[in-house]
Amino acid sequence: MLFVLARRVANIVPTLAAVIAVVFLLFSVLPGSFVSAMNEDGRTTIDPAVMERMRKEMGLDDPLPERFAKYVAHTVVGDLGTSFRTKEPVTKLIGARLWPSLKLVFAAMSIAIAIGVPLGFIAALRPGSAVDTVSMVGAISGLSLSQFWLGLMMMYLFALTLKWLPSFGYGDGGIRYLILPAVALGVGPMALLARTTRAAVLDVLNADFVRTARSKGMSERRVVEWHVMRNALVLVITTIGLQFGSLMGAAVVVEKLFSWPGVGSLLVDSVFQRDIPTVQGCILLIVIFFLVINTLVDMAYVAIDPRIRYR
Amino acid sequence: MTTDPLLKVDGLRIALSGSKTTYNAVEEVSFDIGRGEAFGLVGESGCGKSITALAVMGLLKRPLSLGGGRIVLDGEEIQDASPAEMRELRGSRIGMIFQEPMTALNPLSPVGRQIAEMFVLHQKAGWSEAMDRAEEALRQVRVPSPERRIKDYPHQLSGGMRQRVMIAIALACSPELLIADEPTTALDVTVQAEIIDLMAELCAAKGTAILMISHDLGLVANMCKRVAVMYAGRIVEAQPAEAIFADPQHPYTQGLVSSLPRLGERSRRGRQRLREISGVVPSIQAYPPGCRFNPRCPRATDVCLSVPPDITPLPADSLVRCHHHG
Repeated sequence: MLFVLARRVANIVPTLAAVIAVVFLLFSVLPGSFVSAMNEDGRTTIDPAVMERMRKEMGLDDPLPERFAKYVAHTVVGDLGTSFRTKEPVTKLIGARLWPSLKLVFAAMSIAIAIGVPLGFIAALRPGSAVDTVSMVGAISGLSLSQFWLGLMMMYLFALTLKWLPSFGYGDGGIRYLILPAVALGVGPMALLARTTRAAVLDVLNADFVRTARSKGMSERRVVEWHVMRNALVLVITTIGLQFGSLMGAAVVVEKLFSWPGVGSLLVDSVFQRDIPTVQGCILLIVIFFLVINTLVDMAYVAIDPRIRYR
Repeated sequence: MTTDPLLKVDGLRIALSGSKTTYNAVEEVSFDIGRGEAFGLVGESGCGKSITALAVMGLLKRPLSLGGGRIVLDGEEIQDASPAEMRELRGSRIGMIFQEPMTALNPLSPVGRQIAEMFVLHQKAGWSEAMDRAEEALRQVRVPSPERRIKDYPHQLSGGMRQRVMIAIALACSPELLIADEPTTALDVTVQAEIIDLMAELCAAKGTAILMISHDLGLVANMCKRVAVMYAGRIVEAQPAEAIFADPQHPYTQGLVSSLPRLGERSRRGRQRLREISGVVPSIQAYPPGCRFNPRCPRATDVCLSVPPDITPLPADSLVRCHHHG
């Protein structure tokens, strides 16, 4: 187990290096910069001399290899640079957004798992039943709904009409503020999880060893408890991992909609302001989150499936 | 025959429900198996032998279902038994071994536990006692160092070892009948012989009857006292094992027997082509009228094309279904 963990962690390093390179190069080939963006809105005209000085100060004038070397050297020691906009360290900006982001993502995923997985399970055990039909139609709808529309509708219903919950914002950080954005973010993964769980369970139910289990004379409930669940879990965990990992990036829309002070909204704001160090920092964080979740999923495989340890 | 047979299958019909029509995947299948007797069911793929076995186990799944006939186990009709009653029978009174030892065991569960389940399910044993008995069961099927092997997962065992585990599971509760559905097809030839010997020996010791299903006529004839040959969902011939080789009555059986390569034949008669049965098994949607073997039969006449042959009883508890048998 420890060996596998060490190998997985070692695998992260080259991935991370590649991501750092791509993130950096992508933003250096993109047209426009923080300085030119200041002129774009047409409200202000900045003296070319001032723009020149700002470029120098921000290091935007240096040759590409030099800037890259500097960026890498700073990044590996945990220094993500200084925001062009607020002149604060990017790590501090992101640090303030990290906890709300994690809270939102974990809450959304908990909702998705707690409802999606059992629903898929029940649907698979009674294929063609009312539960199956209703939950699968629901899942398709859940997958097709845009978070944006769903969020707005929930705001309208629960905040404006019923006045049960606050409509947006982080407030005191309490659970009341968390519910609507978490549900809006969790519905997609929930629907997907319900569908994959159903497919996984149906798949396992057709396996030869389930026929063996039945030939042993066990009740259908025992067959499911002893032989189906664990096998289906392998497939379900894959989906959980993929959804979970990409959720922090996917939260952008919901965070903007609910004015949630997470990494996603910081990313969007920074993009519009060409605040490249912050954008890079946010993307790096989202990627790291994805990699961490992936590693955890791999560890879960090892814990569940004995075949993997020996490969 | 003064005593009742252990298993009596009488006029079994298995329905295959299509979207529009219902076909009979198996029909008019009847056979008896005595206590402790080894009975063989032989036929090509798709002739209905495996689903016959599943029907006896009560494990037919959609689109297959029992269409008619009686299945009598030890004097008791079980074709209409409730699912709960069938669960009682399965495992404790009828054990089953499947063709694919690779996939027939749960990959995520240690083999010891998969055997121990039998004692927990049918003999109300606690888990620790059941695990001890699982170790003993592994020893009986001659798995080396069973005390270590019970903790192994299926992927850590060879095909032959897995099939031994399957045998241990099937025989754990000393059932009266063991159904072996192509138990050696997926194994190496040398391992095949070991597995067959082991099965025969254990069943003899426990007094367990065997319903052996295979496409390998030689294997079945070796192991079983009586053999029935199935073709396209029907039994076409049943004979004692030695007679089926010496004196096959149905043209299909004759074709099967003459298509077997024999050791030493070449030195006696010189180089010859292996004989084959021309054509393929008709699909269930396109069974020919009359005798189902008529398109491939060298002896087919006009009557075979229109009239389905009835069963002709022969001496020594044998039968054949052919207009021109002999």
